[in-house]
Amino acid sequence: MRVQAPFGRRRVTVTAARDVGPYRVLEAADPDGPQPWPGQFYMLAGAEHWGGGEDERPFLPRAFSFLDAGEGTLSFMLEDVGPGTARLCELQAGDELWLLGPLGIGFTAPEPGPPARRALLAGGGVGVPPLAAWARELAARGLAAEAVLGFRDADHAAGARLLTAAAVSVATDDGSVGHHGLVTDLLAAALDDDPHATVYACGPPAMLEAVRRMCAARAVPAQLALEAGMACGFGACYGCVVPVRDGGYVRLCVDGPVLDADRIEAVPAH
Amino acid sequence: MIEFCGLRLAHPIVNGSGTFDAIAARRAFGDALLDAFPFSAFVSKTITLRPRAGNPPPRLWEAPAGLINSIGLPNRGLHGYLEHDLPELAALPVPLITNVMGSTEAEVAELVEAVGARPEIAAIELNVSCPNVKTGLDIGADPGSLAALVRAVRPLTRTPLIVKLTPNTADVAAVAVAAEREGADAVSLVNTLRAIALAPRTRAPWLGGGTGGLSGPAIRAVALAQVAAVVRHVSIPVVGMGGVTRVEHAQDLLSTGATLVAVGTETFRDPAVASCIASALKSLQNPETPSTSVKASEPQVEVDVNSPD
Repeated sequence: MRVQAPFGRRRVTVTAARDVGPYRVLEAADPDGPQPWPGQFYMLAGAEHWGGGEDERPFLPRAFSFLDAGEGTLSFMLEDVGPGTARLCELQAGDELWLLGPLGIGFTAPEPGPPARRALLAGGGVGVPPLAAWARELAARGLAAEAVLGFRDADHAAGARLLTAAAVSVATDDGSVGHHGLVTDLLAAALDDDPHATVYACGPPAMLEAVRRMCAARAVPAQLALEAGMACGFGACYGCVVPVRDGGYVRLCVDGPVLDADRIEAVPAH
Repeated sequence: MIEFCGLRLAHPIVNGSGTFDAIAARRAFGDALLDAFPFSAFVSKTITLRPRAGNPPPRLWEAPAGLINSIGLPNRGLHGYLEHDLPELAALPVPLITNVMGSTEAEVAELVEAVGARPEIAAIELNVSCPNVKTGLDIGADPGSLAALVRAVRPLTRTPLIVKLTPNTADVAAVAVAAEREGADAVSLVNTLRAIALAPRTRAPWLGGGTGGLSGPAIRAVALAQVAAVVRHVSIPVVGMGGVTRVEHAQDLLSTGATLVAVGTETFRDPAVASCIASALKSLQNPETPSTSVKASEPQVEVDVNSPD
């Protein structure tokens, strides 16, 4: 499902910025934007001091799935992992952002069946936002969803608080909270318990690839929210391509970022 | 209205080839794109005779104030373009310029003949940043090779021919002169500057295609110098481009002698930036229109190496 974006980027104001564990949640007023669909994304850039940092970066905007969207408001969850995210994580209420979107194609609801399939959300780290938005949409439609989320440690697991579902299980790499191990352990257990599910996943490439393999082996339909470096977000630069099973490449920005798992041979490493 | 190669254009801002996909943008933005189409003519991405998937990723590297790309000219090929893309591009509210590239003279001839036969296509742009199969040099880097190519294809069509010049040459003006002498109707420049990026950890080439092309503000001053060199030596119209992000940069190119200005990489940051530049140019040309930059008193100027203005 794609909601089309107004043409041109919009200068919007940050209304709140808060830390959730090591993550940053930015809220912005977007009075002129449409209500986006879960899994869609926006291109963000700071209105000030974008460029001119170390090595004269950042230069290009950065792509982020939205976490929540209300009446004329949007929120995003970020992690400071480079010059663009570092700048965005510095923003405070009252600062301004350039924003373009919503862009791309988001998630599709489970086939009504029979057999009825529940939504099983599998996320890792900064992969939480599109799943949190999707959980909210599913709940609004009266559809059951459960979530399995993986993080590095208890500190990062604070990100799980941003997702509300009927059941949320957490795994950490260091065992400091929840299951000591991989999120795919939790996913396997959930599918063992009841295989009638559609899996929705977002997270680091290695985790997504593990999810893809598991779902393929069990013939469970899966939708993967993928990520790739992109310059534009609207099909112009041809930078964000991933190889697909039927040959050639698709641009994640216009044909994704959510792809049916069976469209790809493997989730590309970044 | 601007007159360019027999086309009448609403303003002087077009897109650089390969920096805007109007078909994908229509999916992202809907009819709002057509209502506010930012360019006065639309230049297609490069079309080759056969379909190309493009280079393996990664295809992009963010450079200081710029971008290195190694996209590899993905396109449906001539037949796919004419059948699938052309009907959609012909529905745009502006004239269509189709950019083509071939690796041999025969390929370029076939492309020019086929594209030139379509009345929906207002002009043809030749991408000559392609290695000559015999010499290994880019055709557009060598005035002799370029002259031979234009001489071979010029008689095949009456559609205006624009030669897109590469900056990766010793003497861009000599190449422009060769294009004009053999009957090109216009030249456009600059294409991207050859560049590479190394992966931070391995120091191996980052881009899947090995080398790439640098664009964006990083190349603006180089592009302006090349446009200046070309306009001194040719009398055909020049389309200037390279690192334009604001109306001032367009004014620089226009006052240097360019007839049109193309915007490329900045469009990635804001798809509507060309509209902003075009309307700012219009305001500056019509002094009765209130300017937003009128100052009540003598402005304080910062004393830096760029001052006084």
